[in-house]
Parts: sequence; C-alpha cells; structure tokens
Amino acid sequence: MITLSGFVSQLLEIILALALAPLLTGWVNQWRAWLQNRSAPSLLQPYRVLHKLFNKESVVAESASPIFRIAPYIVFGCMTLVCAIAPTLSTDLPLAPAADTIALVGLFALARVFISLAAMDIGTSFGTLGARREMLIGFLAEPALLMVLFSASLITQSTSLANIVETLAHQPFAIYPSLVVAGVAFTFVALAENARVPVDNPATHLELTMIHEALILEYSGRHLALIEWAAALKLFAYSCIGLALFFPWGIAGAGTPLAMLVAMPVLLAKLAIGGVLLALIETINAKMRLFRVPEFLATAFLLAVIALLVHVLLGA
Amino acid sequence: MFFWEPEVNTLLTQSINLFATGLLVLAFAMIAQRRILTLIHLFTLQGASLVAATLVVAYLTDQHHLYYSAAITFALKVVLIPILLHRLIDRLNVRWDVETLLNIPTTMLIGIVLVIFAFNLAAPIAVLSNSIARGTLGIALASVLLSFLMMIVRAKAVPQVIGFLSMENGLFFAATAATSGMPMLVELGIAFDVLVGILILGVFMFQIREQFDSLDIRHLEKLKED
Repeated sequence: MITLSGFVSQLLEIILALALAPLLTGWVNQWRAWLQNRSAPSLLQPYRVLHKLFNKESVVAESASPIFRIAPYIVFGCMTLVCAIAPTLSTDLPLAPAADTIALVGLFALARVFISLAAMDIGTSFGTLGARREMLIGFLAEPALLMVLFSASLITQSTSLANIVETLAHQPFAIYPSLVVAGVAFTFVALAENARVPVDNPATHLELTMIHEALILEYSGRHLALIEWAAALKLFAYSCIGLALFFPWGIAGAGTPLAMLVAMPVLLAKLAIGGVLLALIETINAKMRLFRVPEFLATAFLLAVIALLVHVLLGA
Repeated sequence: MFFWEPEVNTLLTQSINLFATGLLVLAFAMIAQRRILTLIHLFTLQGASLVAATLVVAYLTDQHHLYYSAAITFALKVVLIPILLHRLIDRLNVRWDVETLLNIPTTMLIGIVLVIFAFNLAAPIAVLSNSIARGTLGIALASVLLSFLMMIVRAKAVPQVIGFLSMENGLFFAATAATSGMPMLVELGIAFDVLVGILILGVFMFQIREQFDSLDIRHLEKLKED
C-alpha cells in the first residue's frame, strides 16, 4: 500500500538524485584536481556542461539505427530507476518492490547492453572497441556485485535492498567481518563500473586506454547530455548503495517521515566524505593495463566469495 | 565493573572474528601480490592483526600468558622480522623485483577451494572446543593452507620464506583460537625457531645467489653440474 509519507519520500529521493548527482561528480573532480595540485574546476561545472549540451544541436550519423537514438533515454531511465530504488533518505519506498538486488544488477546490465549496442551501431572502430571493453568489464564485475549483495542478503534474510538496509540500520551495532570484506569488494566493483582510475580514466580521451569515452564518442547534444547525466547518476547510485549497505546509520525507517530531516544532512556528509575518498583513491593509484583488469575484478569476486564463506563459518 | 561492559565484551568477541578475517584476506592478498616489497608490508600487517586478535582473546579470557605471547609476536613479527626482511632484500637487491608467476587468478581459485576445504574440516572440531574464538579455527586452518599454497607456487626464495613465516602466523592463530594459546615454553621455543630459521634462510639465500646468480629455486632441482 502506498502511504502519503512513502510517496513523498520516494519523490524526494528521485528529485534529490537527479539534482545532486552532477554535484557529486563536480565534488569528486574538484578534490581530484586539488589533490593533484591542479587548479580545480568549479563545483557547478557538470551543471554547466549539461546546460551547454542540452542547448546544442544533436548530430546523428546517417547510418544510425533507432537503437542509437533511444539508447540514451533507456540508459537514463535505468539509472533514474536505480536511484529511486536505492534507499538514500528513507527505506519507505513504494518503488522498492519493483526490483530487488538481483534485478538491480539487471538494470545496470540493461543500461550497459544498450549503450554497447549503440556504440557498435554506427560501425566505427572506436565504438566497437569501447563496447567490447565495456562488456569485458561488465561480465566480470556483475558476479562480484551479486556476491556482495548476497552476503548482505544472507545476514538480513532478504533480497530487497530496502529491507536489507532497514534491518541493518535499526539493529544494535554489531561487527560483521563478512560485510567488511564485502565492502572492500564493493569498492573494487564500483571503481570498475564507474570507469574510475585503476580501470579507466574518466578525464581522458586517450585513444588506446579509454573505455567509457570510446562508447559515447559518437554522441552529441542532448543525447550526450543524457548519457553524461546518467553516468553521474550511476556514480551517485553506487555511492548510495555502498553507503546504505555498509554505513546504514541515519537512514529513516518506515513510518518516521520526520527522520528524513536528519537523514538529509547525514547523507550529504557521507557523500562528501565518500567523494573525497574516491578522489584520493584515484590520485594514489595508477591506471592499470587493460589485461590486468580481469585480475582486479577476479580479486573483487574472490573477496566477495570469502565474505560469503566467512558468513557461513562464523554466522556473522 | 561498568554498566556497558557486556556490550563492549560482545563487540570485542566480534572483533576477534574481524581480525581473523583480516588474517585470511591478507593471506589471499599475499598470494595475489607480485612485488616482494609489498609482500613484506602485507606480512607485517598480518602479524599486526595476529597481535590484535591475541590481545583481545587475552583480555576476554583473562589469561596473562597470552599478553606475553602477544608481546613476543609483536616484537618478532611486526618489528624484528620485517626489518630483517627489508635488510635482506636490500642487500640481495631484489627490492623492486616483480616475480613472474603462473596465472594469479587460477592460484586464487585454488585458494578458494582450500578455504572451503579448511572451513569444512574445522567445523566439527570447533563444535568440540569451548574456547571463545573457536569459530575462527577454520580461518586459521585456511590461512595455513593458503601459505602452503604460496610456498608451492612461488619460484623465488624470498616469497617462499615469507610464505613460511605467514604459515607460522596461521599456526599460531590456530593455537590461540582452539585452545587459548600454547604453553609459554612452547611459544618461546617456536619464536626462537622462527627467528633462527629466518637467519639461516637468509644465509642460505646468499649462497643460492652466489652459486646460481639468481634466487630462482628451480636451479636447485639439478643435482649435478653438467
């Protein structure tokens, strides 16, 4: 049943995600620039880029099929839905039953399939190269992500993200070694999935190493704006899922809409710290060779499996 | 006696599990690591988590000899042996050596199988024990087996020695987990054995290198000069 407070919290969450996602990207970029001794771009730079792109004409190649045109909308839609399901402020979300954690991974996969199809659609070599690399990373990252989510599911006896977070947030504080290990694995996966430094460099158009940039090379105008926004939303969603699973304190439960007033500043503080840590990781690590990426993600997968095994052994 | 003592004790009991998991993950990280210098850092960290686990067990069970053994472990495995290893790799000039290994992901998959095996093996034993950290016996056993694996798959001498030392970490933790520590005399004996062992192995490594101009122990497989 949809209650009014549930509806409000759902609406608030979606608006918050759409509005704050570019800000988080800007925050990470700013810190990265500071840590690397560069002069930082403005915090609002991602908004300016989006504004610029939305006002530009969208150029589409002659050979493009409809897939190329609809892919940005599908990707953007998937990421918005993911942000709506991930409990950022409250666990009282009417949309939460739409997808449990397994379907959540499926949503990420759907977006990936469409962006890869669109990249191959034009038939340029860069698009195909990017699509292949993206699928390579995707098929290695997905099982690891699933295993991470499963270890949280095992602890809370539920695969619904809202239920997991509700259970974790409102129980007496306990140390879960399995969640600690799963958290490390989740960080690995999040870095790979969001095209961050050890795997991909989001700030470069260097032909030989790019993955995400190669995928979207052919897009322009409002299509590119939607994809950039979706990328920001993806980073936001991953950050929020990670925070909700491993630092669930402060998220409002069902039936306490006023707790959202506390949840908002807590979320902002957690995201701010997380953004700085991400910038730090990106600064102190060098980008690895593409052929090392499978090893990196295999490590993430094995860590997640260890988390599951440790949970089975210790019951914690 | 404070009113929050029961909660703190619960958290401390849980933190034993955390340190044990740290021990296991670090054993895995050692298998995956190519650089010798990082390997030594990982070994130091593993020693530190062993010390932390021993201290917590000592506090919870109120056994004073465990404090001493934690102190010995700290002095040996966090301070003395890493320093010795650092000096060793400096003098052997293998500080930045990157070891060529057979396929790391395969090794790690074998490692996972070993972990499952160890967990299954330890489960019935842990039921019989009444020690506070009995659940972690499987983890200790898994760390021992993983260090074994590391000694088997490594081709160079220094990582093999580190594998040997990390195996000792696992054994030590198994003793703490299953029986709240060995008698003091045994512990002291093992500590000095390890110390003497690393000194002898250090000399041995210099000999290997002088003979073969490399630390690759595959050279030792040939018995005669041809």
